[in-house]
Amino acid sequence: MTHEILAATNAVVTLDVALPGIVWPWLVTVNMWAKSIGTGVIFMLFILLRMYPEQANKLRFPTALVSIVFISIFLLFTLADLHQPFRMWHIFFYPHVTSAITVGAWMASIFMGLLTLLAYQSYIKKDNAAYDKTLLWTAILAIPVTLYTAGLMAQCTARELWQMPTESAQMILAALLSGSAFMILMSGRKLSYEAKNTLGMILGLSALMSFIIYMSEYIFGPMKAEEVAAVLEYIKGNGQYTVAFWVGQWMTYLLPMLLIVLSRTSRSEGILKLAAILSLFGLAIVKHVWLIIPQLLPMS
Amino acid sequence: MQLGFLVDLHLCMGCKGCEIACKVENEVPLSTWRLRVKYVDVGTFPETKRTFTPLRCNHCENAPCERICPVSALHYLENGIVNIDKERCIGCAGCVMACPYGAIYIDPQTQTADKCTYCAHRVASSMMPACVVACPVQANIFGDLEDPKSNISKYIQVHQGGVQVRKPEKGTNPHHYYVGGGNVTLNPLASVRENGHTLFSNIKTLPIGGHH
Ligand code: SF4
Ligand code: SF4
Repeated sequence: MTHEILAATNAVVTLDVALPGIVWPWLVTVNMWAKSIGTGVIFMLFILLRMYPEQANKLRFPTALVSIVFISIFLLFTLADLHQPFRMWHIFFYPHVTSAITVGAWMASIFMGLLTLLAYQSYIKKDNAAYDKTLLWTAILAIPVTLYTAGLMAQCTARELWQMPTESAQMILAALLSGSAFMILMSGRKLSYEAKNTLGMILGLSALMSFIIYMSEYIFGPMKAEEVAAVLEYIKGNGQYTVAFWVGQWMTYLLPMLLIVLSRTSRSEGILKLAAILSLFGLAIVKHVWLIIPQLLPMS
Repeated sequence: MQLGFLVDLHLCMGCKGCEIACKVENEVPLSTWRLRVKYVDVGTFPETKRTFTPLRCNHCENAPCERICPVSALHYLENGIVNIDKERCIGCAGCVMACPYGAIYIDPQTQTADKCTYCAHRVASSMMPACVVACPVQANIFGDLEDPKSNISKYIQVHQGGVQVRKPEKGTNPHHYYVGGGNVTLNPLASVRENGHTLFSNIKTLPIGGHH
């Protein structure tokens, strides 16, 4: 619609202020990426302990540790992105519960507490039964912790591209994809090829579903909203982010899917690992492109 | 009481008096604006026309900025103004991301969010907002939308079908109206914006809060 109007009116902005640049920069990309891994490995351990209890036994402490590291990165980058980081405590003392940021910060803090408890129960107390009970609650909490960023994106009324429930699905899929990829890489010899193959299946299916959602938005999004159409121009044709978008899609979804099929036919762990590495790094690119493009559009 | 604004674009002549008055009254730092007047040229030479649109916060009834603020730094006053408490703001920029009208900025001096407050401090002393006082053609009409006898209510009644808001599809219910507006003036996607090619300026985008 806009195109027809532009052609008819030849309307050009001739005097205005310079508009602000990117509001949420790469720090937010790292935030989302690290959180996906931090919650994703918890989901994977939960599944592995049910499917391969013997092998997953030795993964209790390493998983808690990895999750602590990545959730710490997530929290650190959240803090670094604030313009007033020393006022972070306001979130706890003047909370505004309609905000996904508030709810997320509270949940992430409790999540961190549970992870610390998991590390204590596995490394110091060595109590597997207690660990598994805590893990159940940690895995349940990991779901809203993963989802709250989608809620936050949906609350950004200005950014039409970020719709619910699409973002929720993408957040959960990103956690499953990065969690399985990281688990394939970190499990070393602790897991058999069969167990890794299961993780590969999770990776491949998450990649497939994520890719389908991105392509659906890419093709059908512009048919519903003119703002979405304008934003997607940045990843089409000669758009500023076209190359980055497709590099991300190939690295995170298409190549890993092909490699997983290949690894299953050739029973190759090496190929599986390559798929895991590609999808882990690619995910950061995919997330970054989706974060930046709606911010390029003038709002007024 | 529900305070609101109406700009009659038939009257506005793009003098930017309101923009300057706002800058001075609120000590708005360099490179940031609470209120600005955008020029959009329409047509092909010699059949051309220049339009002027003052743009400020809409003080939305259903404000996404207020909803997303994690610490209630953005809050409603009893008179309907969406106000900001800069001491409480943590600078997460959630509000900047949520506002569909690009009305919020990060103040490079305080590193907190800021925006038009309809001059809440002046209103509290029964004065008109600085931009209203400065406008030489009374294009800015300010008052209580709930009072049928106020100037703004009467203006809305007279112009009824011609009263518009920006981006009504966002469901924000702005308390800021335009008369004489059109797609070109109110919809940013309806005009070409070539960054770095406006009159008197070749600046492209500005860093948020003074840094990226
Ligand atoms: S115009 Fe933007 S800043 Fe103003 S109340 Fe509405 S959402 Fe908030
Ligand atoms: S930047 Fe400040 S005012 Fe805006 S949402 Fe964050 S805390 Fe609230």
